Amino acid sequence: MGQVTFLDAIKQAMQEEMERDPTVVLIGEDVGVYGGAFKTSEGLLAKFGWERVIDTPISESAIVGAACGMSYLGLRPIAEMQFIDFIVCAFNQITNFVAKGHYLWDAPAPIVIRGPAGGGVHGGPFHSANPEMYFVHTPGLKVIYPSTPYDAKGLLKAAIRDNNPVLFFEHKFLYRRIKEEIPEDDYVVPIGKAAVRREGKHLTIVSYAAMMHTALEAADELAKSGIEAEVIDLRTLAPLDSDTIVESVKKTNRCLVVHEDTKTGGIAGEIAAILCERAFGHLDGPLMRVTALDTPVPYAPTLEEYFLPNKEKVVHAARELARY
Amino acid sequence: MAADVVMPQMGESIFEGTITKWLKKPGDKVERDEPLFEISTDKVDAEIPSPSAGVLKEIKVSEGQTVPINTVVAVIDAAGAAAAAPAPAPAKATPAPAPVPVPVAAPAPKPQIVPPPAPQPAAVAPAASATKEAARVHSSPLVRRMAKEHGIDLTTVPGTGSGGRVSKQDIEAAISGSAAPAAVSAPAAAASAAQRVAPPPVAPAPLAGGGGPAAHGTQYVPALQIGVPRERIYHGDYEVEPLSNMRQKIAEHMVASKHVSPHVYSVDEIDMTKVAALRAKSKDEFEKSYGTKLTFMPFFVKAVVAGLRAFPPLNSSLDGTNVVRHKEINIGIAVALDWGLIVPVIKNADEKNILGIQRTMNDLADRARTKKLKPEEVQEGTFSITNPGVFGGLFGMPVISQPNVGILGLGAIEKRPVVINDSIAIRSMCYVTLSYDHRVVDGAIAHQFLHKVKETLENWSEPLV
Repeated sequence: MGQVTFLDAIKQAMQEEMERDPTVVLIGEDVGVYGGAFKTSEGLLAKFGWERVIDTPISESAIVGAACGMSYLGLRPIAEMQFIDFIVCAFNQITNFVAKGHYLWDAPAPIVIRGPAGGGVHGGPFHSANPEMYFVHTPGLKVIYPSTPYDAKGLLKAAIRDNNPVLFFEHKFLYRRIKEEIPEDDYVVPIGKAAVRREGKHLTIVSYAAMMHTALEAADELAKSGIEAEVIDLRTLAPLDSDTIVESVKKTNRCLVVHEDTKTGGIAGEIAAILCERAFGHLDGPLMRVTALDTPVPYAPTLEEYFLPNKEKVVHAARELARY
Repeated sequence: MAADVVMPQMGESIFEGTITKWLKKPGDKVERDEPLFEISTDKVDAEIPSPSAGVLKEIKVSEGQTVPINTVVAVIDAAGAAAAAPAPAPAKATPAPAPVPVPVAAPAPKPQIVPPPAPQPAAVAPAASATKEAARVHSSPLVRRMAKEHGIDLTTVPGTGSGGRVSKQDIEAAISGSAAPAAVSAPAAAASAAQRVAPPPVAPAPLAGGGGPAAHGTQYVPALQIGVPRERIYHGDYEVEPLSNMRQKIAEHMVASKHVSPHVYSVDEIDMTKVAALRAKSKDEFEKSYGTKLTFMPFFVKAVVAGLRAFPPLNSSLDGTNVVRHKEINIGIAVALDWGLIVPVIKNADEKNILGIQRTMNDLADRARTKKLKPEEVQEGTFSITNPGVFGGLFGMPVISQPNVGILGLGAIEKRPVVINDSIAIRSMCYVTLSYDHRVVDGAIAHQFLHKVKETLENWSEPLV
């Protein structure tokens, strides 16, 4: 099939699932006539018609509310947030209705809410957010944040087929920067399973999304000085694949978490707690974290650069941890 | 398991050290890296941390004794760490033979001849077995689990992690039995560091009387000679206290310097008005931005650097019939301490800006006051500056810090009436004194150097950062 970008992978997943299952519909701002702000749904309107590719007014609350209602009536909607920052406009629908429906009323909402997230593209405070942890904290939701086109396609397909509501974050920095050969035939990547992207023995670097690539670059750099880092790509944040993390840390005894989300309340804290619960006797150093600062994402490029984790910061922290 | 504590080598040209103070008594429990004793060497005073945890079993070298490096000065019983029985009556420290090497001919009798026996402070017996906290070994959950599984006492495992922490590698080494508790890698490191540029062969310095290279501070100088019959010193009511090790070193060094270098002094006067105005204008902002006070000293350092660049003979040393011209400009700054004086060195001062010099200086001075200087930080100076002005001196006539050939003394900066274009003006003035070694530097160069310093300061144009 040749080299495929992250964007193409998303589009393929939606198109193939819509072809496979007539109950799958796409709803969002500009997803139809315009083909999506990032062109992830280009051509889908022509192919599937306005009843399945639905342009909406600018109201995330309405988009998610409508999708939730559709799902009660047997459809499997994909709700697109033009920028994931605005998913919080639908916070009430997601956390009170979509997430609790199955528990309260035996009314599962098999919807996927997806959209571009993350910084590093000078999008400023309203177009760069990583709001995944609001939802990781909400029981009843699955949260996916892939790092490669292969995973993006396979996980999005799995999300569409899942009977639970799934939030699917796409890192926009990766949209056109990452290319990869992906299989032509239908495949899914299981939700809730992390991937070991690189084997190592001196420390474990846990990461996801765009920072996974930063972690890999840092691992290459560390290898030059003899530090072999194991890199784990979480892929799914909820449910978290703690087995893979614990298994790796039992081997390396040291853990560094790298995420682009801000520090306080980020998944690194949760991982620290899990390791204390399940691998305390295997820790030979404190859990360390390299994350964004606890501020909104700055607009000025220099400030954004300072705000975000990067290879140097990861290498520095990893060296400190390895030496600890 | 007993571990020997040895006199450490505190620098590559240091071969002996004096124990100035024991911080623990026999029978005391010590933790690894806990300060055990204080030493004084040619270069620095330092607190020496305990190499391992345990109970101080025996002190072999008592306070005041000088012994060669690697001499065993104490024994620590590591196994006793847990079973610290109520401390036995402090074993009388049997002074080791202490083979003090006297490599130099005609050693002046060391004046350990203080006539009135120093009143020995009555050793107060420690209140019977004060409950001591169990020695805490820094490790990690993993290390503690492994130690438990293999029945290893963590206090016996040398830690190589940060802050002496016992890491996974350390415990693995202990388990596999390859742990060499007293593995001292320092000599190897020192040996490799010693492979530096060998000094060129020279004719022996006639005055040094066989002292050989790096002769300063050796024993041939009768540093502590007295100028009158001893009985003329003791009269009336008096108290006697021993000269501290540091003061003895200063005495030796000063006498050697005056003995070796014919000092000549040149004085000049510098109009500091421009620098004073710049400093007054920028100092608050500077302190706010960089967290360090802006003093006059960095300006003088920069001016001296300009002078040394223009007149390299002042940035040299004399070795017999050779002049060693230093390519680096390393400025020693005299720091007054409550217990003496030390001259830490700003290395490569010519490569630093005002901020860099100020920061380096503050750091060195702070650590000088807390005895945290490393030996190499008081070595390799190529020129020195001393600032008697800070204590209000109009000017001073400093003694050269060997093996430099010059030292600049700074007087107090104060407003004085001066004549400018036949009118009297109020300017911030400062006397500076250059002491120089006339064997290497003549008055013409010295005054031109001073003029360069003066000119640089009076026409200050460099930015602060």
